[in-house]
Amino acid sequence: MNRRDQEHLTTSPDGRLPEEQPKWRQDFPIDWPEDHYVSRRDFTKFMVLTSLAFTAGQFWIVVQNFIRQRQGKLPLQKIADVAAVAIGGAVTFTYPQEHDSCLLLRTGENSFVAFSQKCTHLSCAVVPQPDKGRFHCPCHEGAFDMATGEPIAGPPRRPLPKINVEVRSGAVYATGIELRTI
Amino acid sequence: MKRRFTREQRLTIIYGILCIVLIIVMLQLWLLMATMNAYLGGDQSVIFPAALASLIGLALNAGLLWYVFRMERRR
Repeated sequence: MNRRDQEHLTTSPDGRLPEEQPKWRQDFPIDWPEDHYVSRRDFTKFMVLTSLAFTAGQFWIVVQNFIRQRQGKLPLQKIADVAAVAIGGAVTFTYPQEHDSCLLLRTGENSFVAFSQKCTHLSCAVVPQPDKGRFHCPCHEGAFDMATGEPIAGPPRRPLPKINVEVRSGAVYATGIELRTI
Repeated sequence: MKRRFTREQRLTIIYGILCIVLIIVMLQLWLLMATMNAYLGGDQSVIFPAALASLIGLALNAGLLWYVFRMERRR
């Protein structure tokens, strides 16, 4: 008996060689040593499939970036009249799309800051806490500095996207978004 | 002449290949997370190089899997 024959501890029901067995029987071997090989081989196949998924994800980002670049400059949009926002107060608005919720804060007589309301951790809506000088995310206890939008506590690592604002003829306008990384 | 491997040898080879594939997949995962973070932060400079690096990783993994298939055909 040669070495290859010694590897086969059991004989298939039809008595043929393992190589001649149908695919399904080769994938469900009876012998433990062969089963170890098949399970690791199949795990390797699954990992290569995972690798394909990650690569597809990378190219999805490339496509999304291309779409974002094609959108060009964001429109000018009126947020509120200056008189409608009290000093230290905040108003919500949407920019640039109707589902992109943002917050406008009046920090002084003629100074305004605006940020996206979506937490950079998992997109929960942040709420302003003027007494603590921060935006608070109730989902995971994240916090952002109210003046700069920088993360100061909790899981978020990226600052809140900043909405560029301008005051023109007694009204506050949004002129664009400044995305910021770590 | 193409060499035939014994089961022990094939198991050793598949362990080696699995280790390399796992390392590459973990690198790809890290790359995807870092690229997503950069994209959401408005940094576009890393997007294309990261996609290219991920594609190279996939090519390496596919090459190793192709070797496994070729090894099985020789049985």
